[in-house]
Amino acid sequence: MTTVTIADAPVDVDDEGFLTDPAQWNESIAEAIARENGIPELTDRHWLVVRFMRDRYLQTGTAPSIRALGKESGVPVKELYELFPKGPAKLAAKIGGIPKPHGCI
Amino acid sequence: MKKQIVILGGGTGGTLTANRLRRRFQPDEAELHVVDRDDVHVYQPGLIFVPFGLADPDEIVRPRRRQFHAGIEFHESDVESVDLDADRVRLADGTVLPYDALVVATGVRLLPEETEGLTGAGWMERVFTFYDLEGAVALREALERFDGGRLVVNIADMPIKCPVAPIELTFLADWFLRERGVRARTELVLSTPLDACFTKPIASKHLTHLLREKDVELVTEFSAGEVDGVGGKLVSFDGREIPFDLLVTVPLHGGAAYVGRSPGLGDALDFVPTDPHTLQTHAKENVFAIGDATDVPTSKAGSVTHFEGELLDGNVARYLAGEELEPSFDGHANCFVETGFHKALLIDFNYDTEPLPGRFPTALGPLPLLRESRLNHLGKLMFQWFYWHALLPGREIPGVGSAMPTAGKEWAALQGGTR
Repeated sequence: MTTVTIADAPVDVDDEGFLTDPAQWNESIAEAIARENGIPELTDRHWLVVRFMRDRYLQTGTAPSIRALGKESGVPVKELYELFPKGPAKLAAKIGGIPKPHGCI
Repeated sequence: MKKQIVILGGGTGGTLTANRLRRRFQPDEAELHVVDRDDVHVYQPGLIFVPFGLADPDEIVRPRRRQFHAGIEFHESDVESVDLDADRVRLADGTVLPYDALVVATGVRLLPEETEGLTGAGWMERVFTFYDLEGAVALREALERFDGGRLVVNIADMPIKCPVAPIELTFLADWFLRERGVRARTELVLSTPLDACFTKPIASKHLTHLLREKDVELVTEFSAGEVDGVGGKLVSFDGREIPFDLLVTVPLHGGAAYVGRSPGLGDALDFVPTDPHTLQTHAKENVFAIGDATDVPTSKAGSVTHFEGELLDGNVARYLAGEELEPSFDGHANCFVETGFHKALLIDFNYDTEPLPGRFPTALGPLPLLRESRLNHLGKLMFQWFYWHALLPGREIPGVGSAMPTAGKEWAALQGGTR
């Protein structure tokens, strides 16, 4: 774990760049992480998914898998991949300031 | 007063739980009902051998009813729904079963139709699954005919039963095709939505090494969105393509359909949210769950169900007696991984400890962990006897306890090897 500065704020991240303390997160940090990962601007659809992931993590301690995300957030899996290329669950978690999802064992 | 206990599902978890509860309670103390839609108990660890002619279907199937102790009533019917408020289950045949305690043990359901095109043209012709008996038998015929080309093994999405099974199938296919002399003209591919071949880092490293040794191409972070059975290609949600001549897929998994028809019982995928240590569900205090049907964060595997079963009957009894539950389940899983050529690896882990190298202590002597050995292969073959004769009847298997043993593991492997 290392401490880095994102959007002028010091945050603790793991070696893949996931925040280890969700309390250190804010919206500017989310936008900065998004830009760094190839999403120039977060649209309402992005925010819907990011907030859903984050709320779910804060409530239950785990983030949903991609398929549960598709079913429960109302955003179809195909669109999730358009919004968050490569790994929607992972990227939305990173932007939402929660640890890397382990959803699958 | 006589208690009424209803168990939904007559597979591994339901059968062993029913038998353990029957031993725990006198006939005048509790009435036991088990419900299952059919009378066919498949020894699921045997499915991996069927496609390679190493097991015949009739060797791994027995009637469910014959596995129960006397004094357990078996209902052969689908479940319509569970009414959590009224504490009763409605069966598809119209029977209503009220309960003091309910155990959900209905495992998972395969959902191939949820992946676009998967059950379309080519299904059961050049596209197969080995996760049920029908598929495993059909795949056997296809492999006998297979004369080279691209053989692709795909995991649609997690969670799946036995996350090592697709890797085992790949290893065994490598062995089978070498024996038949067609391996040299076969490209063998394993594709997974995970960022490695397995969920746990140290075991993943060992298994990736073995895949490389056996000349298997590993494609990671591939989330299958569509199957084109005519054109012979697998397309990911982000537009990548994997061409195939023969596709072996592990379809999406969900919980039993009645879970979705029972308000408050399951999650979006019909798995039942369950306390990982007591196995009481979050749905209601008199509802428990075991095995693949739960959402507890460990592998969906028979060994897990077995270890859960050794404490579940105790907690059901404690609940019925108004006592506090014991939070003693540690997530223990123990899996043989067939690697072909009559060898296997063994992995042993729990919620907190990933599979480590070392030795696994058993009553018959130590078995090597995370290393290929003939002894592990024999262990896997021998296990079927224990399954029917010790595990299902609810007896302890000598030397294999519910809690994960810490002795024998090389803890130093954790240093720097993982995050």
